[in-house]
Amino acid sequence: MSSNWRIEAVGDRCLLVGLGTEVDPATSARVHALVRRLREQPIAGVRDVVPAFTTVALHYRPECFGPSPFASLREQLLERLSTPLEAEAESGRVVEVPVCYGAADNDYGPDLAEVAQRCGLAPEAVVARHLASAHRVHMLGFAPGFPFIGGLDPALSMPRRAQPRTRIPPGSVAIAREQTCIYPLETPGGWNLIGRTPLRLFDPAAEPPCRLAPGDAIRFVSISQADYLALLAEQHAGKAAA
Amino acid sequence: MKIEVLKPGAQTQAQDLGRYGHQGLGVPVSGVMDEWSHRLANLLAGNSGDEATLEIVLTGPSLRFEAATRIAICGADLSARLDGRRLRPDRAVDVPAGGVLEFGACEAGLRAYLAVRGGFAITPLMGSRSTYVRGGFGGFAGRALRKGDVLLASDASGRPASRGPGVRPVLPSSVPREPRGQAVPLRVMPGEHWALFTPAARDSLLQAEFRIAAQSDRMGYRLEGPALERSAPGELVSEAMSFGTIQVPNDGQPIVLMAERHGTGGYPKIAHVISVDLPRLAQLGPQQTLRFEAVTLETAQALYLQREQLLATLRDALL
Repeated sequence: MSSNWRIEAVGDRCLLVGLGTEVDPATSARVHALVRRLREQPIAGVRDVVPAFTTVALHYRPECFGPSPFASLREQLLERLSTPLEAEAESGRVVEVPVCYGAADNDYGPDLAEVAQRCGLAPEAVVARHLASAHRVHMLGFAPGFPFIGGLDPALSMPRRAQPRTRIPPGSVAIAREQTCIYPLETPGGWNLIGRTPLRLFDPAAEPPCRLAPGDAIRFVSISQADYLALLAEQHAGKAAA
Repeated sequence: MKIEVLKPGAQTQAQDLGRYGHQGLGVPVSGVMDEWSHRLANLLAGNSGDEATLEIVLTGPSLRFEAATRIAICGADLSARLDGRRLRPDRAVDVPAGGVLEFGACEAGLRAYLAVRGGFAITPLMGSRSTYVRGGFGGFAGRALRKGDVLLASDASGRPASRGPGVRPVLPSSVPREPRGQAVPLRVMPGEHWALFTPAARDSLLQAEFRIAAQSDRMGYRLEGPALERSAPGELVSEAMSFGTIQVPNDGQPIVLMAERHGTGGYPKIAHVISVDLPRLAQLGPQQTLRFEAVTLETAQALYLQREQLLATLRDALL
């Protein structure tokens, strides 16, 4: 059992639990299971629990753990790891994300044609495979509300662009390697843009501020440009009314 | 009570100890760069909790206080003057109604922290009053101060401050005493990927001097020095980073992650600046040099606990 994880210090006020070395669904499930367990059985003095692809970080206040803070936190953590994590199911949440994919009459997916060419597929086939992939949120990071979504059809796997863009419009849906991401805010970025969602993924004043959470299954739904614009207007109106 | 911004200063932002609890959503902790000076300023101004302070960098603002209150400015000596009278750093100061606070030349350090009795009236967002400028939220309108802004302080009493302690405690400053040009020593503990680096790189980290590059900011301090090489290349899976983490990108030039860092990253972590030495680093700016000394995790945490004990003693003495 003890070989199933490693525990390391990330400086003097953060502890890291490694639950695997590969980015895969089984490791991801264990990561999310540990996060849920730490939510159900919180450790006093831990102020942030941060899941990543293969790890869970615990940011803590050393002053809450007696004379040997790291050792004491480690002990409390081991108690919570004493029953298998695999026994716990995934969150079960499925979130639908409407996407207007790139087409001749819109500029939402400027890289779709190149992606299709590199994969040896028609653009419609790229979209079909993207819609059919079993997507799940590995982690949020890089920018507020930015999801790294695993499960992309390997036939669509490709590197990031050699030249990152300096400005990517919010809502852009993009792929790189075997992942999909959605840019919640305007940021620079190097992923391949294939479509755009009208969903507002991050709102600092909302509770919770992020629409997606690690562990969520994602179902992308293809929408027309008219639907995209209508949903976008609806969200702006809702924001103005709030 | 209103505080009018007559001049904004270069990059004056409201900050507290940070927005912990949301790194899993990709929201950076942000918060003050120099936790020691921020906490000291709050204690001297009479605040027991983590009230927001104004983080003032190099060029300070000019502020007019509507009513009498008590303030404290800690950290860098930016030649603060109250109604023309020079103020020393790390002291509580009673401000009369209509008092004008101004700053001048930077005499020592880089960042000063201004606390006001009762704290600034800023609604916490995701549990913190810290400004996150890149995201445009938190603190005062999600941005640095501008001319004409009016800040509200929670202290509405208008009463003159009570007399402070008769004896001024000698307070350790975060501003390094080394003369300019001399490398400032900072203590580090080994990082998770220490062993991935060549023996020469590990020696360099602990023996060479590093210079702070111009592109250093609240997110990270880029250092210039001998390239730190890994024994074998390879991609790492992104994972957690912390305040003080020293990551090494492929060009071998280390970056110390500071207050506004991302919560996760994929570069190898060779070491971490220990928490009690981060305030000293936050007081250094571009072109200044530093060197690293190794300590263990146990030592780093013992020093941390000593600092907490000292702050608890100060709290008892001042509040």
